[in-house]
Amino acid sequence: MSKRIIPIGPYHPLQEEPEFFKLIVEGEKVVGLEINIGYNHRGHEFLSPKMTYEQIPYLVERICGICSNSHPFAFVMAVEDAAKIEIPERAKYIRTINHELERLHSHLLWLGLAGHFIGYNTVWMWSWKYREPILDLFEMITGNRNHYAMNKVGGVRWDIKEEHIPIMEKTLQELEKVVNMFTQAILDDPVILARLEGVGVLPKEEAINYGVVGPTARASGVAIDVRKDDPHAAYDKIDWDVIVFEEGDVLAKAKVRLLECFESIKIIRGCLKDMPRGEIETKIDEIPPGEGIGRTEAPRGEVFHYVRTSGGNYPIRHKIRAPSYMNVPSNEYACVGYSIADAALTLAAVDPCYCCTERLTVFVDGKLKYTYPDILQISWKRTEELKSKFNRR
Amino acid sequence: MSPRPLEREIKEKFPKVKIYEHSPKRFYLSMPKEEIRKIADFLFKEKGLRLSIMTGIDTREGIEILYHFSEDKTGTYWTVKTVVDKAEPKIDTISDITKAAAWIEREIWELLGVEFIGHKNLVPLLTAEDWPRDRFPLRRDYE
Repeated sequence: MSKRIIPIGPYHPLQEEPEFFKLIVEGEKVVGLEINIGYNHRGHEFLSPKMTYEQIPYLVERICGICSNSHPFAFVMAVEDAAKIEIPERAKYIRTINHELERLHSHLLWLGLAGHFIGYNTVWMWSWKYREPILDLFEMITGNRNHYAMNKVGGVRWDIKEEHIPIMEKTLQELEKVVNMFTQAILDDPVILARLEGVGVLPKEEAINYGVVGPTARASGVAIDVRKDDPHAAYDKIDWDVIVFEEGDVLAKAKVRLLECFESIKIIRGCLKDMPRGEIETKIDEIPPGEGIGRTEAPRGEVFHYVRTSGGNYPIRHKIRAPSYMNVPSNEYACVGYSIADAALTLAAVDPCYCCTERLTVFVDGKLKYTYPDILQISWKRTEELKSKFNRR
Repeated sequence: MSPRPLEREIKEKFPKVKIYEHSPKRFYLSMPKEEIRKIADFLFKEKGLRLSIMTGIDTREGIEILYHFSEDKTGTYWTVKTVVDKAEPKIDTISDITKAAAWIEREIWELLGVEFIGHKNLVPLLTAEDWPRDRFPLRRDYE
């Protein structure tokens, strides 16, 4: 059969981001993949050495709207590593809380997109609805829903006030219920399992060869997490677990992300409980000549920043590596051998989920017939029926 | 596990290396560029380190290339530094040792003009198709 090319992009119809995938197909089967990027290249590494250490966090914050805490976080750690600056304890806890809140909102955002990708728009709407309270928390703490401007060399800009803590705890409590519901839905639903199990498998040896990071690596059995391996901020002071799955398929990636939400909630709760009082920043005199590496675990994997300083106000060189830079090339392997429809899922690095609880309201004679627990019961019953019908566990 | 055993092993295997310890989790190794394939092979295949990324820096001495290897077991970064001559900026590729180097070698080639000998697909990654191939944005003389 002759080979044909199916282009996805340069403007991705679903992800709404500029990237260009050329699927090389034989009939329905994908036999090759060519990835073209660069449509969104803005020259941050060129701009950064023209800015001061005060300005750069604002610049790198704008690399990505979703990871807008991870990049400045990694950058200030790189400068602190170069200049050997120790930051106050309270600042470490605040950085950790911010970072985990970001992971929660990012994973929920992907959950919604994932639902959208596989055609379950209910989960898209729900997940984004439940993500809103996290953005409200950000607005409360930092003044911004996005681009929080929280990190600075030597500490953080804003303190978490005493009156914020009960509000945060309440939001977390509600969020935990929601994530629990989503998790049960995906692990229970036979239709979702049938669609996602064994699709886009990235085996462990290829994951190591491509150097993938974050949930992509952890879904393929590579147990790496910067928060555990190289503990920074307050990550070594809180008890939490790294989520690892061996399968490497799209389902495993989704499971990693979902279960990580619980760990994030655990970390934030631990931080709120143990957070010491005190200063939130160290005064910085000058940055001596040297070099430093800062890295942290963004929602998508390890963010890496390298800074070489000269003793002046500007860095000589600032290297930035976002996690997707390592994760996207692995699609060259993970897509091949599957159908075009599967490739669309794999490429999106989907985070799929579906809430089998349909939203429905039945009124009989002006009275509500089913309450929320009733609907849950009905949906569980239906899940059991489907399971026996498809003969799945 | 402390990172020390690896330091000793590297010193035994590569007598020309100069090791500088910035902090207990950040090591910098200076190597001649001829040995880069050997050490990449040793660190990635034998020791199971992950190539996190490479950095190219235009300095007075030449173009410095940094290979950031991450030892995830101990959370240590082993950065291998090597310098290529600006008059003839060429170095062996390591993209056949680990695929993690494939993209970044393309990026350093187009932004700093370092040729990676043996790279199978040395085409532009980030810049536009009509970008002049003799202008390198991250060089010091770029206007």
